Amino acid sequence: MTTEVDSANVAVRRFVAIPAVSLALTIIVLLVLWEVTVRGLDVPRYILPPPSAVIMKVYEDFISGTIVSHFVVTLSEVICGFVIAAVVGLSLGSAVALISVFERTLYPLILAMQTVPKIALAPLFLIWFGYGIQSKIVTAALIALFPILVNVVAGMRAIDQRRILLMRSLGASVFSVFFKARLPSMLPHLFAGLEVGIIFAVMGAIVGEFIGASTGLGSLIVQRQASVDVAGVFSVLVYLSFMGVVLHAVLRAFTSRFAFWAAVKATT
Amino acid sequence: MKGEIGRGDRLLALDEMSRDPTSAFIEARDISRTYVAIDGSANTAVLPTSFSIRAGEFICILGPSGCGKSTLLLMLAGLLAPSGGEIVVEGKQLCGPHKKFGMVFQDAVLFPWRTVQRNVELPQEVLGIPRKRRVTKASEMIKMVNLSGFSSKFPHELSGGMQQRVSIARALSLEPTLLLMDEPFGALDAMTREQMNLELQRISLETKATVIFVTHSIVEAAFLADRVFVMSERPSTVSHIVDIEIPRPRPLALMSSDQLGKYVGQLRALLGSMESAL
Repeated sequence: MTTEVDSANVAVRRFVAIPAVSLALTIIVLLVLWEVTVRGLDVPRYILPPPSAVIMKVYEDFISGTIVSHFVVTLSEVICGFVIAAVVGLSLGSAVALISVFERTLYPLILAMQTVPKIALAPLFLIWFGYGIQSKIVTAALIALFPILVNVVAGMRAIDQRRILLMRSLGASVFSVFFKARLPSMLPHLFAGLEVGIIFAVMGAIVGEFIGASTGLGSLIVQRQASVDVAGVFSVLVYLSFMGVVLHAVLRAFTSRFAFWAAVKATT
Repeated sequence: MKGEIGRGDRLLALDEMSRDPTSAFIEARDISRTYVAIDGSANTAVLPTSFSIRAGEFICILGPSGCGKSTLLLMLAGLLAPSGGEIVVEGKQLCGPHKKFGMVFQDAVLFPWRTVQRNVELPQEVLGIPRKRRVTKASEMIKMVNLSGFSSKFPHELSGGMQQRVSIARALSLEPTLLLMDEPFGALDAMTREQMNLELQRISLETKATVIFVTHSIVEAAFLADRVFVMSERPSTVSHIVDIEIPRPRPLALMSSDQLGKYVGQLRALLGSMESAL
């Protein structure tokens, strides 16, 4: 009889030990705590709604379809900005790392630019690129660019020089050395930069929308804030987090597909 | 006394070279290498050095660490231009990497994103050899280094010794006339190292490639080489050349024999005399 209880105990412990399960349990506990606190202290809804109200709002937004157009606009801003940042970051980073003239002239400038809060440039982009999607893409691209660029340069510098020597001993052309040795060698660094970059791109798009936009999740937050719809703001936040998590997960999948050897190196 | 023998050998080699330059496969004529340090001062790694190597010979370059062995090897590979002198390969001056030379480094230097098969194919890929031919050739080379069945593995799935075999297969894939090896077994444990020495001996005899093998292990040099080039401390030169007059292939048991011990002692004395001279 006691053994039966013990084995049930062990089963429960094993179930809780699964990372996803323990994470879900933590979230549930926090939500319950939030619900109980808000109801117990009688906090007004326009200050902090209980999670049940937020969940209802998330459901409503989904069913009524209000969120869809905003979600699509923000997602396209993020993806366009991110792709631009990736292409520019990869080419500029390679140029800086491989061509000494650029390293001496451009790289100090780029490093100095890093200390400038790029978000502060968003109002300017609104003037230059207009009220539409373009100014948000530029903001997202600029903010996402730096982590990608810096990682590409670091990755290019970290390459085992004997790989290059080996390629040279075969009489390989500059292009062949780049595409067969340098580029794949620095993929782990590139993906590390991209993972940070995608999150930054989401941030850039949202800030761009805060400054001025008629559609997009950022503008929806501003609209709902103006009408003191706090549950509505939370609902948008949920969709935003969802976007960030999914984009990040996609990149993680790419990393383990195309930079699998580095993941192995990190664990052993 | 022993030093005298070495010098005599070297003079003999130079003499032969001047008599009949066509008999040499690769010749170094007074090659030297000087690095310019950041402060502008010249730093000589290799003093003017001359030697001549016949086709099919197995040469070991032996010397204290940091003596410029690797610099010498890079010059012979055509990857580093000598500051003075010239290297002549089959009657032609060497200027730049030679596609009939295969290179093996201390670490395997494999590309971790490529399978064993694709790593071995790399040199042929760079030279633009058609896919079908390079796949066949690579499989053949993988078989030669006894790694059949590991073609689809990635480097991180292999042991250090196996990785080094892959890099040897890669170097052999272009059927090199000269194999340049820079302390290739230095990072392996003693047992694996002996095994690899045996395999390298077999491969060099099978392919009839000339091998220039840099090492700081005296026993390894004596066991493998037809001739051992002993280098002096930096700034260095080939100070002695010792003929190992034991027919190849040599069995592993030779490693602990008096016959080899005699040469090991001679080489050790040569290296020792240089240290005391400093």
